Amino acid sequence: MVVPILKQGDVLIASMQAALSDQDLVHFRDELADRVGRFRTRGVVIDVTALDVLDSFATRTLRAIVSIAKLRGANTVVVGIQPEVAFAMVQLGLNFEGVATALDLEEGLDLLASLSTRSGDRGR
Amino acid sequence: MADDVSVAIEREADIVSARQKGRELASALGFSSTDQTIIALAISEITRNIISYARRGDVTMSRVENSGRRGIRIVARDQGPGIADIELAMRDGYSSARSLGVGLPGTKRVMDEFDLASTVGQGTTITMTKWLR
Repeated sequence: MVVPILKQGDVLIASMQAALSDQDLVHFRDELADRVGRFRTRGVVIDVTALDVLDSFATRTLRAIVSIAKLRGANTVVVGIQPEVAFAMVQLGLNFEGVATALDLEEGLDLLASLSTRSGDRGR
Repeated sequence: MADDVSVAIEREADIVSARQKGRELASALGFSSTDQTIIALAISEITRNIISYARRGDVTMSRVENSGRRGIRIVARDQGPGIADIELAMRDGYSSARSLGVGLPGTKRVMDEFDLASTVGQGTTITMTKWLR
C-alpha cells in the first residue's frame, strides 16, 4: 500500500493509511526523502490519524523519516496520534523523542509555519 | 464467535493481519479500545520477532477462562535459532540496540502474563495473556 504524498505550497502532506506493512513504511521513507529534494520542501506533515497501532518498527521508522527530512532541510510534524495509540506507546515504552507532534493537520501546519519563521527564513 | 484464530507468520504483511485478527478477537471478547490497541501492539512486537529472527512461525490467539476470569491468550511459536540469553533479551533497553528481543520487555510489561521459552537450535515460544478487567 502506497502512502499518498500531497504537495501544498512548500509543504508536503502525507497521510498514512491503516494496515501499513514494514515494507510500505520503508518505501514511504525513501519516497519522502526523494520528494523533499525534488520539491524543495521546507515542511512535512505526516498524518497518522488512520493508524490504529504504532509499534516499535513504525516508531523507529518515523523517527528516521524525521531525521532524514531534517538533513534534507525540512521540518516534520507528526499529527493525529489517536489517544489509545498514544497510551499504548507510552505503556510499551516506545520512544518518540525528537519528533514534533501536533493534534491535527491544522495545528501541524501552524507549528510548521512557526518553526520556519523562527529559523530565520531564507526569503520565502 | 470463533474462539481460536491462527495466523501463519511468513512475511511482514502477516504481522499486520495477525494484529488485526487479534484486535477483532479482543473486541469480541469485550476489551476496551485502549486494551485492544495494547493487545494489537503486543502481537505486532512478538510476530515481528518471528520475522526478524526465525523467518517463519505462527501465532494463535484464543479466548481463555480461568476461575471466572476471561481473557485473551496469544501464543507465538517458531522453529528458529532460539534465544541463548533470555535474561539479556528481556532486559529493558537491550531492545533499543535493535538486536535480539525488539520490544519484548515492553510487551511483557503491557500483558498480564508473559512467558518466553526458548531452546537454542530449536525455536522460541512466547505465551502471553491479558485478562478482562
